[in-house]
Parts: sequence; C-alpha cells; structure tokens
Amino acid sequence: MSTALDELFVKVRSENRAALIAYIPAGFPSKSGCARAIAVLVDAGVDAIEIGFPYSDPIMDGPTIQEAAEIAIKAGTTAADVLSALKTASDAGVAAVVMTYWNPVEKYGVDEFAQAIAVHGGSGVITPDLTIEESGRWLAATSAHAINPIYVVAPSTSDARLAQVAAKTGGFVYAASVMGVTGARATVSVDAAALVNRVRAVTSLPICVGLGVSTREQAKSVAAYADGVIVGSAFIKILLSNESEEIAMNALSFLAKELAAGVREGR
Amino acid sequence: MSVEVNEQVGHFGQFGGRFVPEALIGALNELEDAHNAAQKDPLFLAELTELHRTYTGRPSIITEAKRFAEYAGGARILLKREDLNHTGSHKINNVLGQALLTKRMGKKRIIAETGAGQHGVAAATAAALMGLECVVYMGEEDTRRQALNVARMKLLGAEVFPVTSGSRTLKDAINEAMRDWVTNVDTTHYMLGTVAGPHPFPTMVRDFHKIIGEESREQVLALCGRLPDAVLACIGGGSNAIGIFHAFIPDEAVRLIGFEAGGDGVETGRHAATITGGSPGVLHGTRSYVLQDDNGQTIESHSISAGLDYPGVGPEHAYLHELGRAEYRAINDDAAMNAFALFCKTEGIIPAIETAHALAGAMIVGHELGSEAILLINLSGRGDKDVQTAANYFGIPL
Repeated sequence: MSTALDELFVKVRSENRAALIAYIPAGFPSKSGCARAIAVLVDAGVDAIEIGFPYSDPIMDGPTIQEAAEIAIKAGTTAADVLSALKTASDAGVAAVVMTYWNPVEKYGVDEFAQAIAVHGGSGVITPDLTIEESGRWLAATSAHAINPIYVVAPSTSDARLAQVAAKTGGFVYAASVMGVTGARATVSVDAAALVNRVRAVTSLPICVGLGVSTREQAKSVAAYADGVIVGSAFIKILLSNESEEIAMNALSFLAKELAAGVREGR
Repeated sequence: MSVEVNEQVGHFGQFGGRFVPEALIGALNELEDAHNAAQKDPLFLAELTELHRTYTGRPSIITEAKRFAEYAGGARILLKREDLNHTGSHKINNVLGQALLTKRMGKKRIIAETGAGQHGVAAATAAALMGLECVVYMGEEDTRRQALNVARMKLLGAEVFPVTSGSRTLKDAINEAMRDWVTNVDTTHYMLGTVAGPHPFPTMVRDFHKIIGEESREQVLALCGRLPDAVLACIGGGSNAIGIFHAFIPDEAVRLIGFEAGGDGVETGRHAATITGGSPGVLHGTRSYVLQDDNGQTIESHSISAGLDYPGVGPEHAYLHELGRAEYRAINDDAAMNAFALFCKTEGIIPAIETAHALAGAMIVGHELGSEAILLINLSGRGDKDVQTAANYFGIPL
C-alpha cells in the first residue's frame, strides 16, 4: 500500500522535477499561525509538509529551529497539537509527515504514535536520532499502520551503513547535506551531491536533501540531482522576524513560490 | 545474582543503546573500537596506571570516620578518598583515560560539557597535560554561579563557551557539545564527563572509574578482614557511584546504595532524583530514567549541588535499579547540608556538596544496619569549590 508521500514522488518523477518539502514546527509561531502558514505554503506550491514536534533538547538543530521550538513549547504545544497540524496539512491536499526526536514518541507509545499518524492522514515520520539498531518496535509499528519510516543519513555514513539504513527506510531517504546542525547557509555543501550519489548506488528510493537550502538558486542546484529539496530554517527565520503576521505570511508565500520555481528549474 | 550485560551493543537490559544522529555513528564506532583495543593493550594500561601513580595520586587512601560514625548509629564508616586526587575529585580518572584515547585516535581537539565546572576543570587539566586543544561548554547561568572554575579552566588553557540556549545549565551544555561534535567530528573527541550518553560512553567511563571499587574492595578486606555491608555514593549522572559499585556487583551480600539529589523534596517537583522521581525515556543519546513531562519534554532539575543537577542518569544505574541489585534514594538539600556541616566539624574534611548527599545517606543507613555494620562511602570530591554556596546557605558573611 502506498502513502500520499510515495504517490508524490511518482508524480514528480513523471514531471521530471524535484519536490519541495517545507518544515514547520507545530505550535509555531502560534497554533493558529502554524495552521495559517501551512495554508500559505500549500497555496504557494509546496509539495509536502514536515510538521516538527518541538522538543526540549534538539541536538540536531541550529539556533533558528531551537528558538522556534522554544516558543512552541512555552505556548504549551502537545502531541495533540502536532497531530492536529499534521491533519491540517494533509487536509490541504499535500503529503504530510512528522519530524520528531525519539523521546516524545516513546512517551506517547510507539505503536500508538504510528497509529495516530495514520489516523491524522500522515504519510510517515522522520526520526533523526533513532538509529536502525533501536528501531525494532518502531518498524513493526510503521509497518502495521502502513506509514513510512524515514531515516536521515549523513556525509560521514559509510557505504555499507547507507545500504543498511536505506533497507529500513520508507518514503524517501533524508540526506543531511552537511556535517552539522540545521540552519540556512550561504552555500549548500558540495558533500550533498556526493552523498546523494552514494545513496543512489544502494537504493531506488527517492532521496531528499536538507540542511542549508534558503534560496531559489540553491533549490535549483539541489533539484538537479535530488528528488526533493527540504527547507526549514529559511521559512522559520521569516516567521521569527518581528514583522506583523500579515507581512510575515506574504514573505513566506514569496519565498515558497521562489523555491517552488527553483525545484522546477533544476533539470 | 548474575547481571547480564550485552556490552557489544551497549545495552543494559532495556537501557542504554544509541539514540543519535547518523552523523555520529562513525565516531562512536571509532571510539568503541579504540576503547576495546586499549583495554586489551598492556602498554596503554601501563601508561594509564603510571599516570595515576605519578599524577593523580592513586591509589587513593581509605580514612575511617570515627567521630562522624557516632551520628550514623555507631556503624564503621570507611571513606574512599577520591577527594585527594589531583583536581579534587574522581573526575580525573575518566579524563586521563579519555585523553590517552584521544591521542590514540589521532585527534587534536577535545570538547567537554560541565555543570559546576569540576569535569570542565578536569578535562582542561588533561588537555593541558597532553597538549590538546580544549573547548568547554557551560551553561551561561552556571558560568556566573561558578566564576572561579571558569577562571581555573582559562588558566589551564581551555576556551569556555557560555551556552545561552534552553535553561542555560548542564543539560543545554551537553546539547551544545553534541552540536559541536556533529559539526567537527573528524578532528574532535567529545570527552563526556559521566556514565551517560550513547554507547560506548556509559561503558567506557565506567571502565575508567571502576578502579575506585577495585582498590577499595582490597583495602576494606585488608583493613576489616571482610567486605563492607553497604557501599554508598551520591549520584547525578552516576560516574563516581558506578566507579565504586562495579567491583562489588558480584558480591551479593554487599548492598549498593545511591543517593540522588532530592532538592526541595521529590514531592515538590523541584529535585534531581531521576530514578526516584522520573520514568524511563531517552535523553542525550541513551535510554535510561529521565525527568520528563507527559509530552516527553525534559523537565529542569533542581539541586543545591550543581554536580547532581541533571535530569538524566546513567543507563547502568537504571538497570541495577530494575534488577534490584542497587537501591536509589533521595536526599533533600537540607539533609545534605546538615551532613555537610557535621562532617566538616567531626572529621576536619570539607566534602563536596554532591558527596554530602552520600554522607547524609550514611547517617540513615548506619542507623538501619546498626553498630556492627561496615559502610564504605565514596568521598567523591572535596568542597573547596562549594565554600561560597555553603557560606550563603549557613549565613556566613563573606
């Protein structure tokens, strides 16, 4: 059985382009602001949305996403809000996944979380700090509820291990393009293309690149070799600015349209 | 009792393991291989032993606390004097081992986290001794509370990086050190200061501290002709406790008791008693007990002792707790400070406030076991660093 995410990659491959995937934490900039941002992103041409589960100890994230997570947690964002944002995105007609550190999943209940993702229209979950060695119960749960377990690989991941991780992955392989934390960068690392090539050699799954993309030009260059371009910090920076929500949403829409154009210019 | 630990994959029953970004797997494998090879290498072990003899001051002595014992039901109280080690605590055991491993792996830079500054000072010391670059991450809040230790680290040549994210304390210092490590893993070793974190850290740090229990087991046998009835230690992350417990795990008749920081009282929610007041979860790369809310968010811990002020605990302790092989109890701030003051006046030793939690525990356990009992306590650190905190607590004008 295929998820909306699986179907998305069939579609973008037929259109010979990359997908644009946007990340936004649940409860950020506020619960209603998150729902509005999702609508704006979808209208602007984003193909899929990652809903972040804001977590107190985000070791993979740079200052921008840390700040957003802190705002969301202080506002009392819960697992229910994460699932509600997931449903908002899914109802808007795009593939929707959750990105979460592992502890909130264990606290919710491993099988229960996978089931809740499916019930709320989600296609899968990205788990950046869950290693395949610790994934036994999780893979049983994602399989039982027919959602994609999405793993992150890095430039330091060996070829042998890339094959092992890809074999457990569903939906797409998340290629973290640089050794480091999330955040917009002036240049997307040259490691990214090399990493995507190494992953291609071991799997036929789609491969999406994240960490550092913030401009149309960067999206275009990554779209030349990847199946999807993931953008998080660049969107969040706009929502963190002190502008009114109206101005911020306009800027969000503008950037998303630019990036959506970028992913169509890569090939 | 047989305690089964599958150390190949770094698990202690359901606890331990690796919950980290894929970017760190290569470095953790490299470290695991280096540690395993070093533990079998007579040259490495001889070098570490010689360093301990000529630099740390090992073996540390045993002191009998006869006057303090009168307040502990008359039981015999034996102190393992880790406070007499160079840098003033057990922490030196681990940093010298890891610094040698760093050189073995060909890395030139170490990073470390610190709360009160004790591990940071120890790490900076080892880095100075071995000629390594050293960056210490410390919560901004802690850099203010422990300005003297910041100065010590700087004198030793380390760079101290104040962490301004999250609660600006130890937990956030670890987050920032992990972020540095993810970014600079090719050149940098993360010198984690306790028996927590992803495999191989809990096993490796334990291996560098288990000398405490090995030495004291021999020393107590020589002194008393028998094993102690109970071995006591304070526990934050749990490195001094696992260090003294480990050699006694097969001795089923010896009770192992860890004293967590009860802060204002476990019932108030303002504490750092992770096993007593927390629940199983994942924090900083390992599954263990964690102070967390209904959504799995880490709850900030509270203790008068900065060294115990951590919302997690080493996975081997979680396992010993689950097996019932070790007991874990909470000691409130006031009880710890009462024992601290009493111990200063009866023994002429100013203990670390961390250690005072174990001393307060001895006053309870001594009464429970009676005057025939022998209690071995890990005197894990000296209290010079705590003089200001103690003066404030007792209203001594500075």
